[in-house]
Amino acid sequence: MKFGISEERMRLLGLSNARRASQGVFLGLFVFLSWASWTSRLQGYPVSRFLEIDPLVSLSTALSTGYLYRFLGWSLLTVFLTLLFGRVFCGWVCPMGTLNHFIRWVYVKTGRRETIEKNRYSRHQLIKYFILGIFLVTASLGSLQTGLLDPLAFLSRAFGTVVAPAWDYFTAGIGGALRANPWHLDLFTFAPGTAGRIFTGSFWTGLLFLALLGANILRPRFFCRFLCPLGALLGILSRFSIFRISRDIKKCTDCDLCLTGCEGASDPQGKVRMSECVSCMNCLDDCRDGALMFSKPGPGSAPSLHRAGMTRRELLLSGITGLIAFPMLRNNGGINDENYSAELIRPPGSVEEYDFMKKCIKCGQCMDICPTNVLQPAALREGGFEALWTPVMKFNINHCQLKCTLCSEVCPTGAIRKISVTEKLGMGDFARKGPVVIGTAFIDRSRCLPWANQIPCVVCEEVCPTAPKAIQTRDEEARDVFSKIVTLNHPFIVPDLCIGCGICQARCPVSDRPAVYVTAVGENRSDKRRLLLKNRGTGS
Amino acid sequence: MSRRAFMKRYALPAGIGMAASYLALAPEDFPLSLKDSTGMRSRPRPEIFRLRDFRVPGPAGKPPVGIGRRGSTGEKLKKALDAIGGLPHYIHKGDIVLIKPNVAFDRSPLLGANSSPEILGELVKILYRDCGAAEVRVTDNPIESPADCFAKSGIREAAEKWGGRIYLPDGNAFKILNTPGARLIENWPFFSRPFLGVTKVIGLAPVKDHNLCMASMGLKNWYGLLGGDRSQFHQDIHEVISDLSIMIRPTLTVLDGTRVLMKSGPTGGDPSYVKDNDAVVAGLDQVAMDAWAFRNLLERKGPLPDYIARAGEKGGGSADYRGRTREVS
Repeated sequence: MKFGISEERMRLLGLSNARRASQGVFLGLFVFLSWASWTSRLQGYPVSRFLEIDPLVSLSTALSTGYLYRFLGWSLLTVFLTLLFGRVFCGWVCPMGTLNHFIRWVYVKTGRRETIEKNRYSRHQLIKYFILGIFLVTASLGSLQTGLLDPLAFLSRAFGTVVAPAWDYFTAGIGGALRANPWHLDLFTFAPGTAGRIFTGSFWTGLLFLALLGANILRPRFFCRFLCPLGALLGILSRFSIFRISRDIKKCTDCDLCLTGCEGASDPQGKVRMSECVSCMNCLDDCRDGALMFSKPGPGSAPSLHRAGMTRRELLLSGITGLIAFPMLRNNGGINDENYSAELIRPPGSVEEYDFMKKCIKCGQCMDICPTNVLQPAALREGGFEALWTPVMKFNINHCQLKCTLCSEVCPTGAIRKISVTEKLGMGDFARKGPVVIGTAFIDRSRCLPWANQIPCVVCEEVCPTAPKAIQTRDEEARDVFSKIVTLNHPFIVPDLCIGCGICQARCPVSDRPAVYVTAVGENRSDKRRLLLKNRGTGS
Repeated sequence: MSRRAFMKRYALPAGIGMAASYLALAPEDFPLSLKDSTGMRSRPRPEIFRLRDFRVPGPAGKPPVGIGRRGSTGEKLKKALDAIGGLPHYIHKGDIVLIKPNVAFDRSPLLGANSSPEILGELVKILYRDCGAAEVRVTDNPIESPADCFAKSGIREAAEKWGGRIYLPDGNAFKILNTPGARLIENWPFFSRPFLGVTKVIGLAPVKDHNLCMASMGLKNWYGLLGGDRSQFHQDIHEVISDLSIMIRPTLTVLDGTRVLMKSGPTGGDPSYVKDNDAVVAGLDQVAMDAWAFRNLLERKGPLPDYIARAGEKGGGSADYRGRTREVS
């Protein structure tokens, strides 16, 4: 009853409630930024900040590229936070952690005995360090795979390509039912332009997302405890943390009640494992003897375990697995210059492919923000497992908007380097370099209406946005299938002018396998994938 | 079990069973029957609607086409409208007005590929100020990304500055429109949502070169209200455009003769393709306006585009503009 505040009041103002409030705020912020990522709502919000304060993104790209891109240095905030307080990021900030925490809380109610047993430390929690080791080794060798399981990249991807389209689907349905939209709520409910966005392969992203959420039924925070590579990294950093859960040996009655709500399974009843504790503060509430404090440990505190507890042998195995994994990923073929896929068409501003593999964390921010829905998560066919869920352009769906550079704006790691419209179009200072070319269009004369069927068309020429046009036509007289003489505009490509934006393919009336199509060759992010001789003579 | 208990217990399932049997087995013409022996009863039947006629006859003694020259954009527009009787003759207090500019491309106004934002702004302004319109809506279904097109063309800013509302398309905004007499688009998906409650319609079109149909002007502008697979239209483009002349009967059409895209249309892309001209045209007969603009703004000799004659045949208007225009400068 210090300061005249009742004990109940104290509890309400306690650390665990502060943690709950913090979780709510950060999850809300994450959801808002994900929602705001779609173009019409963007309004300049910095939508990639969560990814930019993720030390795993920074560390792994620093290992793969040797540098820290743009805002990634800000992840030091998280590092300092961890050095002070342990894994508070996991317990208080991480939206994935919050979702896991929440699902378990809502759906699983077990008796106290059982709960305590589920919250005991398990050696399987070392798996996440093993995963981290593999990721860091492959990153050092040039293949960044942290994004597969990094919680922030994972959740960005799931929200951008699964949750947001589902939301749009239902709100557009509501909009369709109401028709007139009398309350001017367009931005909130009607998602103008977003209805019908598709993301290829999003079923699998969604299934994995739901499976990981569902795994919370097996164990609280299943993902955080066993799989999360960011949690592992912060766990390693936590050994230096100044504050921790400290147990007063004299007061403790060894009742184990502190395990009732232990999110990290960090053994607060024994030697607390600093690498596993997510600082959820539940044990402070559950202790009936006042033996636990979140503080600098004093002379009467029980000792703690600083290390994650991997043996040297296990560490070595993790490293060796990484060494084997890299050639497995790379030699599989698909992204290599010798065998690159025609469908591996990268958004404008992308760095050359080997560099791209060092930088892309598969977060899907570029796909979520893309106003035309052309950016899609790659499946296995484009670049193999190594490039899974990295952005590729699918021109059957739509085209790359000429004066748009939004994907380069939100990319947290510079896999899509921030470019200006001037640079994209090759104007001003970039006139000598020319426009960014992401592929080249070709005409399939056996499917093209004027060429194959003597029916006028040339939509491709009409929509071609370059000036002068990269698709031009020649008037030619031909006899059509009814033996009538018709004048046709036969389209042809001028590869020197084509930038690969794909609008010809998107608008071709032969809509299943278009008669004009773009493939990756000719992209000028890499000299190895050129089509035309630089500065070639053009016949004049 | 007593008889009473038996009856009580089985009355409900028996009732449900009998009702279900009736619904499932009764022949199709029986009331409430669910039977579908051919599979045709359950086929999707899209809602088909028709547009009303938005025309208002011009005042007696006024020609159907007005041309305004000289002065600011607002003055030119006003001169053109005054020549046909003034905007308040057509739009009245309480009207919900829909303006259909051409916002097909993600291009800046100087390139002449879209409708002029200056004229649009003026139009929205005087619709509220002089005519007392209740609401002014601005809509189009662009070829490129809608949000970008409306932003880059300056149309969104111009409309919203004076209180106009932008409607962007999405998958639920289309319904099948039936146009009697149209050959190719008799039933075609139409951007219908913005039309709810609308009482007057104004087309605001740029005048531009077109690679396939020679010129894109007032008639071609209505293409932007259609959905579906529009890329098929190129297979018989003159017929489609002449269909457009009877698909919608607008209150007014305004042509922008201030920035004329002379070549490399409909997209353009270089300011040098654009000729600065000095005219705004407003009128009731789109076919006459298109014919006039083709000769006087695009400065083409030769034959008129085929769709103009075909639109005349379908009753969309009359290509003969001689003696039906009034020029105010």
